[in-house]
Amino acid sequence: MGIKIILNINSKRYSVDIEPWETLNHVIREKIGLTGTKKGCETGGCGSCTVVVDGKAVYSCMMLAFQASGKDILTVEGRDNDVLLAAIRKGFMEMGGLQCGYCTPGFIMSAYALLSMNPKPSREEIKEAFVGNLCRCTGYVKIFESVERASQIISGDKRE
Amino acid sequence: MSETVVSLEREKRFIGSPLKTKEALRHVRGMGKFVDDIKLPGMLHAAIARSQLAHAKIKRIDFSKARALPGVVDILTPEDVVRMSDPLPQMTVPPASNVRDYPVAVGKVRYVGEPIAVVAAETRAIAEDAVELIEVEYEPLPAVVDAEKALTDPPALVHEEVGSNIMAHVQYSYGNIDKAMKEADRIIKVRLHFHRFSSTPLEPNAVLASYDRSENMLTVWCNNQEPSFMLPQFNSALRLPYNRMRFITQDIGGGFGCKITNYVYVILISLASMKVGRPVKWVETRTEHMLASSHGAERIFNVEVPVKNDGTVLGLKILSIDDDGAFARHEPAGLTVWAQVVPGAYRIKHVYSDMYAVFTNKCPAGPNRGFARAPHSFMIERVMDIVARELNLDPAYVRMKNYITREEMPYTTPNGCVYDDGDYPKSLSIVLDALNYTELRKKQRELWKEGRYIGIGIATTLDSGAPNFGQVKMLNPRLPLVGNAEACMLQLTPDGRFVVRLGTVPQGQSHETVTSQIIAEIFDVPVELVDVATGFDTMTHPYTMHSGTYGSRYAAMGVGAAYGAAQKLRAKVLRIASHILNEDQSFLALSNGSVVSTRDSSKSISLKRLSRIAYGMPSMLPRDTEPGLIVVNFYYNGLVEPDERKIANLALTYSYQTHGVVGELDPETGKFKITKYVIVDDAGRIINPLVVDGQVHGAAAHGIAAALFEEFRYDENGQLLSSTFVDYLSPHSVDLPDLEVHHLEIPSPFSPLGAKGVGEGGGTAHVAVINAINDALSPFGVMLEKSIATPEEIFRLVAKKSGLPL
Repeated sequence: MGIKIILNINSKRYSVDIEPWETLNHVIREKIGLTGTKKGCETGGCGSCTVVVDGKAVYSCMMLAFQASGKDILTVEGRDNDVLLAAIRKGFMEMGGLQCGYCTPGFIMSAYALLSMNPKPSREEIKEAFVGNLCRCTGYVKIFESVERASQIISGDKRE
Repeated sequence: MSETVVSLEREKRFIGSPLKTKEALRHVRGMGKFVDDIKLPGMLHAAIARSQLAHAKIKRIDFSKARALPGVVDILTPEDVVRMSDPLPQMTVPPASNVRDYPVAVGKVRYVGEPIAVVAAETRAIAEDAVELIEVEYEPLPAVVDAEKALTDPPALVHEEVGSNIMAHVQYSYGNIDKAMKEADRIIKVRLHFHRFSSTPLEPNAVLASYDRSENMLTVWCNNQEPSFMLPQFNSALRLPYNRMRFITQDIGGGFGCKITNYVYVILISLASMKVGRPVKWVETRTEHMLASSHGAERIFNVEVPVKNDGTVLGLKILSIDDDGAFARHEPAGLTVWAQVVPGAYRIKHVYSDMYAVFTNKCPAGPNRGFARAPHSFMIERVMDIVARELNLDPAYVRMKNYITREEMPYTTPNGCVYDDGDYPKSLSIVLDALNYTELRKKQRELWKEGRYIGIGIATTLDSGAPNFGQVKMLNPRLPLVGNAEACMLQLTPDGRFVVRLGTVPQGQSHETVTSQIIAEIFDVPVELVDVATGFDTMTHPYTMHSGTYGSRYAAMGVGAAYGAAQKLRAKVLRIASHILNEDQSFLALSNGSVVSTRDSSKSISLKRLSRIAYGMPSMLPRDTEPGLIVVNFYYNGLVEPDERKIANLALTYSYQTHGVVGELDPETGKFKITKYVIVDDAGRIINPLVVDGQVHGAAAHGIAAALFEEFRYDENGQLLSSTFVDYLSPHSVDLPDLEVHHLEIPSPFSPLGAKGVGEGGGTAHVAVINAINDALSPFGVMLEKSIATPEEIFRLVAKKSGLPL
């Protein structure tokens, strides 16, 4: 019993045939082919699959694709000329906020949701924003520094 | 050793610089390529039927309903596996090596989650549904879940053909333990239980196998950490020669050792593809990973420690039992690998070790960050604290008393390991200063009066790197492996750029970046001109039987191979330039992308022009020089096999780290909150500080996680109780302390650039935290035996002592 939905991903419209039980993660990865969004547990326990839906960070493995129909979805691949996303990417690169790269798309998406609401978060606020994301490589320190760096970049601050 | 530390002739531009990683550039855009990101035409999806019981005979399996499900293409059954493949080669010795180890259960299941069959279907969902339709009738057997009972009073035999549950038994005797026991003022007895956990990489195991019948060619994309090391396994199990199998890795989402034993799944999915004649992809679920990938082995220690009253530790008399689970699939290598760090950081001269590894009905054990050295270091660092407690001395004092000093470096341990260089006392001094240790101890005692329980933990461990495979001969003399070697192929392309292919198989250690830094440094070119191929490929990359990334080996082995390749290529470039420019080689230097004469600036040729000549105009080359600019270099770390007394140097580099932890224990909840964390790390010469700091942080996080949160707990029936992230409790951002990192940078005199391997971190954090908790528990007169301190465990210990109702 397929259904047809429209997904707005990274400011592009995708018309896809889905099954009602298919997750947003499955549809993004397998049907649309945006493989930047990862999956690490498929049970809402690791955050590798995080995307931004209508401004909020959500687990794409825990949302059914049809629930995202008509909503504004952002994935790590992003849209052109997104200043905030560019700043976050720069922050992660400069501060070494990743190692294997598997959790990175999810962290970048959570950071995006955080910084779009709160451009100058404290260290504690950053930690709180990432409670849904696991990283097994970095011990998180450089991820926090990456977000702080991104925050500086969007505020136009010079590097300390 | 084959090479000594080099001095580069000019100020370094790239080595030592915190260069942004090349890998990051793609990962921040979601452009990394992992196994699950690949799709092939005609590809099927696999799901694996697994055992629900820990130990049972399989009476009957009915595949009929599963086969009838629309979309199911085929099922790989145990009969297929036995028909199509040969049992996996065993690392251990007879009688344990009599085990017929197949990637699926044959006749009997031996742990919960053991594969039984593979369904290949048009979609993953159909494959999973079909797995549910496979009916297995079991005859349950008693489960073997306690390692000590497995040895002394087994409820059952995991493998009848072995005749016992002993996987291996070894005895090592270094120095003279009897003499040490006689000379001791006291003998302190210590019992410890190093628990079962793993680093649970976020990318699950994954295999995409594609078998081409017409070519008899198998191509596999996988995330194994050392595919070339596994070639004998693949060859034996798949009955294919090396040149009919191609193993490719790309980006790997974390490994930490856990992705070494996934060769079993590589074989299983390859067999499925060979049976159906189509590409088959399998991606492990998280619960499958927890149940049936790889756990770090448990080790139970009973140690007698001869000491002098002044705190001198004379020796260690160790009886230990490793719980290695249901199969010997890399284990019992843990019975020898610990011997890289026999005395830890201390001048302990006499060590006797009587070690068993046993089969149990649990997930097969395999390497995990700090493989085999972490449990041993855990024991030594607990011993140091317990000795201090028994003798009423300060744990820092006892360490200072026993440390090997800088003046004794390079230091030869009782079993012949040569610690390259380091300053252990200084590393502790830095930690003590950062903690304001003396004041802190005073404050701790004052706070006791207020009913507040501060704990201070310190520990020093060694992270031995670039291991000597000869050590496995101490366990099994027939294994054909010695030393350690790595390969690198380096090309200067006709447009003046560089391409590097390595035998290493990175999983997040930034080998592309660090290798580029070395090549860019030697040729004095921008790092952007150097491309290091992502991942590994047995068809296109050079390799040795040791190639891969494990055992903190890249900093010596990968760097050694790349550095040697660069030297070879540089020599050829200079020879050609000398001929073309008609200039003596001794006056030629590489500068800014050109070869220039140091005495006549008119004589200069760009690398771009030189390489065009090398590939396109061989008539312009010197007569004895082949065209082209491709070199392959193999670097060997010079280590040889142990002698009959089991003495040899077992690693090339010995980086070390001292950690200091302060925390407060709440006796009412059992919660231990870390309030300060200090790290001193010595990785020798640092090529990229960003990368090294990342490894140091990550290793600390894993250690803290193991101490406070993570355990694979089994019940008495062999059912795993922590099979998702929700109950396994890997720490999140809010669960870990801030880390204060200091570096000592004492180069290794043995590795090619003076760098020491740094990836594993030696398990320092784990034992430092446990030491801190035991310190906080000392006013209650109780001590943890286990290496994990959950609030429940702490609460029970305190309550038991205080006579509180539980």
